Amino acid sequence: MDTMTTKETKKQVITTSQVEHVALLARLELNEAEKDIYVNQLNNILAYMQMLNELNTENVTPTAHVLPLYNVFRQDEVGRHMPVEKVLANAPEKEEQFFKVPRIV
Amino acid sequence: MVPEYETVIGLEVHVELKTNSKIFCNSTTAFGGEPNTHVCPVCLGLPGVLPVVNRKALEYTIRTALALNCEIAGFSKFDRKNYYYPDMPKNYQISQYDLPFAQKGHLNIELNGNIRRIGITRVHLEEDTGKLVHPATITTSPYSLVDYNRAGVPLMEIVSEPDLRSPEEARAYLEKLKAIISYLDVSDCKMEEGSLRCDANVSVRLQGKEEYGTKTEIKNMNSFKSLQRALAYEVERQIEVLGNGGRVIQETRAWDEGKGITLSMRSKEEAHDYRYFPEPDLVPLVIDRQWVEEIRASLPELPDARKTRYQRDYGLSAYDAARLAAELELAEFFEACVKCYPQPKMVSNWINGELSRLLNLHNININACPLTPPQLGALLELIEKGTISGKIAKTVFEEMFNKGKDPAQIIQEKGLIQISDEDALIKIVNEVITQNQKVVDDYRAGKDRALAFLVGQVMKVTRGKANPELVNRLLKEKMQ
Amino acid sequence: MELYYYPAHQLHQMLVKKEIKAEEICLSVLNRVSQVEDKIKAFITLTHEQALAQAKKVDEKIARKEKISPLAGIPIAIKDNICTEGLRTTCASHILENFIPPYNATVINLLNQADAVIIGKTNLDEFAMGSSTENSAFFTTANPWDLARVPGGSSGGSAAAVAAGETILALGSDTGGSIRQPAAFCGVLGLKPTYGLVSRFGLVAFASSLDQIGPFARNAEDLAWLLNVISGHDPLDSTSRVEAPPDYTGFLVDHVRGLRIGVPREYMLEGIDVQVKQVINQALAKLTALGATAEEVSLPHSKYALPTYYLIAPAEASSNLARYDGVRYGFRAGNAVDMIDMFKKTRSQGFGEEVKRRIMLGTYALSAGYYDAYYLKALKVRTLIKQDFEKAFSSFDVLVSPVTPTPAFKKGEKTGDPLQMYMSDICTLAINLAGIPGIAIPAGFINGLPVGMQLLGKPFSEGILLQVAHIFEQNTDFHLKKPDLK
Ligand SMILES: [Zn+2]
Repeated sequence: MDTMTTKETKKQVITTSQVEHVALLARLELNEAEKDIYVNQLNNILAYMQMLNELNTENVTPTAHVLPLYNVFRQDEVGRHMPVEKVLANAPEKEEQFFKVPRIV
Repeated sequence: MVPEYETVIGLEVHVELKTNSKIFCNSTTAFGGEPNTHVCPVCLGLPGVLPVVNRKALEYTIRTALALNCEIAGFSKFDRKNYYYPDMPKNYQISQYDLPFAQKGHLNIELNGNIRRIGITRVHLEEDTGKLVHPATITTSPYSLVDYNRAGVPLMEIVSEPDLRSPEEARAYLEKLKAIISYLDVSDCKMEEGSLRCDANVSVRLQGKEEYGTKTEIKNMNSFKSLQRALAYEVERQIEVLGNGGRVIQETRAWDEGKGITLSMRSKEEAHDYRYFPEPDLVPLVIDRQWVEEIRASLPELPDARKTRYQRDYGLSAYDAARLAAELELAEFFEACVKCYPQPKMVSNWINGELSRLLNLHNININACPLTPPQLGALLELIEKGTISGKIAKTVFEEMFNKGKDPAQIIQEKGLIQISDEDALIKIVNEVITQNQKVVDDYRAGKDRALAFLVGQVMKVTRGKANPELVNRLLKEKMQ
Repeated sequence: MELYYYPAHQLHQMLVKKEIKAEEICLSVLNRVSQVEDKIKAFITLTHEQALAQAKKVDEKIARKEKISPLAGIPIAIKDNICTEGLRTTCASHILENFIPPYNATVINLLNQADAVIIGKTNLDEFAMGSSTENSAFFTTANPWDLARVPGGSSGGSAAAVAAGETILALGSDTGGSIRQPAAFCGVLGLKPTYGLVSRFGLVAFASSLDQIGPFARNAEDLAWLLNVISGHDPLDSTSRVEAPPDYTGFLVDHVRGLRIGVPREYMLEGIDVQVKQVINQALAKLTALGATAEEVSLPHSKYALPTYYLIAPAEASSNLARYDGVRYGFRAGNAVDMIDMFKKTRSQGFGEEVKRRIMLGTYALSAGYYDAYYLKALKVRTLIKQDFEKAFSSFDVLVSPVTPTPAFKKGEKTGDPLQMYMSDICTLAINLAGIPGIAIPAGFINGLPVGMQLLGKPFSEGILLQVAHIFEQNTDFHLKKPDLK
């Protein structure tokens, strides 16, 4: 197998503003130092990923599932519910029988 | 000259399917219930849980898609739609992206006698979210509460083509869709309980233009009336913006029922990037053609077919037939009445007339109607036999509606039996003639309206119970 | 030899013959834990009392002359990303530090039905993302053969516990090598079953299309016994195979005559330590001496497995880990001004560095405009990798390769460079992408550190892999060597 090279690539695949956008999508808060680290590391990793472009995959079907399984169903039957104390047992905050969360907007 | 704009509307309708259990777990779909009591580890999105598809939910979706003349996919799959919201237990929704269960269908709407075919882009299946409860309004609440009872209820999404050209058409489309789904018995279709929900994409363009204008998405319309009002408002707003030289901004707007306006919902949120990808926890679906044909064969008569049958077999007008067929329960009530009293036109007149009026007045559904088909049949028979007059019958009908009593009982209790006894009536007729000599003279002089006055006088004395035809004849005979 | 180092199948015979009690086995293991755990740190949670109570129940069954199942009374450690009802399941993450599942994973129900004795929850890299347990939010587990080295990961706690005699058996999970790599580093056996053989219900998802639960043991027969209990169809897992698995103990015959072994060229190139290659070649010589044939084979897309894996796994992970938001369970950060702020603070404070890095990478790979270039591309290359194996298995019964390029590395050696750390999985990743089974077995030592051999088979050929492993250990003694923990 090829040994990995982690040398700096000239081409920036991902920029700071993209890292910020991705962090927002992923609901992560990054300070400036972390942003720099991610820009650097993700660029290294993504540069390595470019290797895949060597392959022509135009006529290749993607594999999302390895098993040739289809049509797995369950019958429409109602089972037992969890007692509400159990439902809320791990809740960081609750009120009456609800999960409590900070204001939305 | 003021430019003429054309309205372009497409609707996205969400329908909760009435399966017993949720789409991916065996928790109940029952509406209501104490908060967070209709949940299990799967629909709570606990770490480690996996979904398994409820076959019934797929069957209901195919059933609906077939009724909407869709093409059913041979190969389909579920995808994850990723976004964060506290009412979504996993912060992704299992939905369908590029391979929905059905596509390319249509339904016909009828407005002012014109029939228009509205395209259905796609029908797909997804899971519903939980519900947020705000102690105050969403903007003023210091915190929110979450109830996951609804999370995982099967939700069918039906997307129309942008074929609707007015708020009225949009309403007609939604009403038709609701009728079809009710006929199929796959959903309760209750807008007030949220089992039928509707969002709209609205734009306007100069008459004759090919390309669409910038659209806005309108949410939070909770009744047919609010749909029509919201769309009318939004169309007018967009025309005004354009008329003032402005631009319509592509955005989501919420309908405010109280204020009668739509408001921008723009927030600091990022532009939506749902990062769809194939749901790895669910395997693909190869939809068996034979199963599809079995479902097709089991489809009930749909509203259009029923309307045609009412016109053809019962001789009803297109308008009356359409009104009856628009609601399954109403149509079934009608047919039950016809069984008891086989004069469809008469039955239709009473249902579309008095009954509809009272249902609307008291804001109740035909299901909750206290009056039974045999009772209405009995009433119509009493009219036919001349036991009561048509006018008295309305009074009796209202009493039946309010108390659920049989017509005969009401007539007896209130002494409303029509006087068809000649001997009894002749006395009153004579009295009326002597007391209104001038009117009698007018009649004899050829004034036809005079007769109506005299009939009215007889009815007044008998408190409406006299048989009007008999009174007519007796008056004429006496005045000859 | 102390009871804690006995094979499970032998302990079973002793129980049946009433030579020992389940309680004694349990106490032996618990004593061993108290002796060595401060050095190894394999466990996040121990279950002393429950374990003893469970063992006593088995003794009562035996006393009542009831028939006991093969794993009855046998101590087993569970990787802490498998949900255990009423028993804390942390995934070695602050975000689930106090999470107590209200339900059992299917494998746990199966172990309970078999009367196995769960003795604790083992350490791992946070959410199974890592190759050393150094990404655990709590502590790093030590390699029993050299405490300064890592036990491998992510199932490092399970592998180390088995190697150190802190348990008889263990369960791990394997997404890209997380069972086989620590098994190799710790000198024990570990099996990654075919995708779909063991239910994933209750396994906290990392990358759903790659994850499998699998067994650790110190010999092939024990591995077969444990696989018998945990494999099989589960209606709660849509990706679980419907056909019933065979009795794996039936494969433990003592010949390999006619077995066709393929040796993938790409797994023996320059990235692999020379001494590791020597160990594998010696093992191959042993197998051919026993009647198998060995021939070189090519898996031409092997070098693409790493970039493919590190697109697919983080993409799925970014979605799977979205649910940790501080609403329903787990850690919630304080002082949030609103909902989105709470989400961000909770996740930023709750997740460790590697987890966040993979969430970032996966989110990016799935985001609008990049999906086709990265995620879709990776799914297509996955097809090519899978086809490589299909082609190889048309000519060979099993493939043999190293498990890792080197023996266990030192703690801290690779923490600075994520790509270097990812490299330690180059021999194992492709197997998960192809969904096929792989087993790691002790095949030799380099400077006192164990070296593992990887056996790969076509889908659902675990039986043949166990057969080869069994014959190999019948003719070698690597699996019998024990680390010195004085
Ligand atoms: Zn549920």
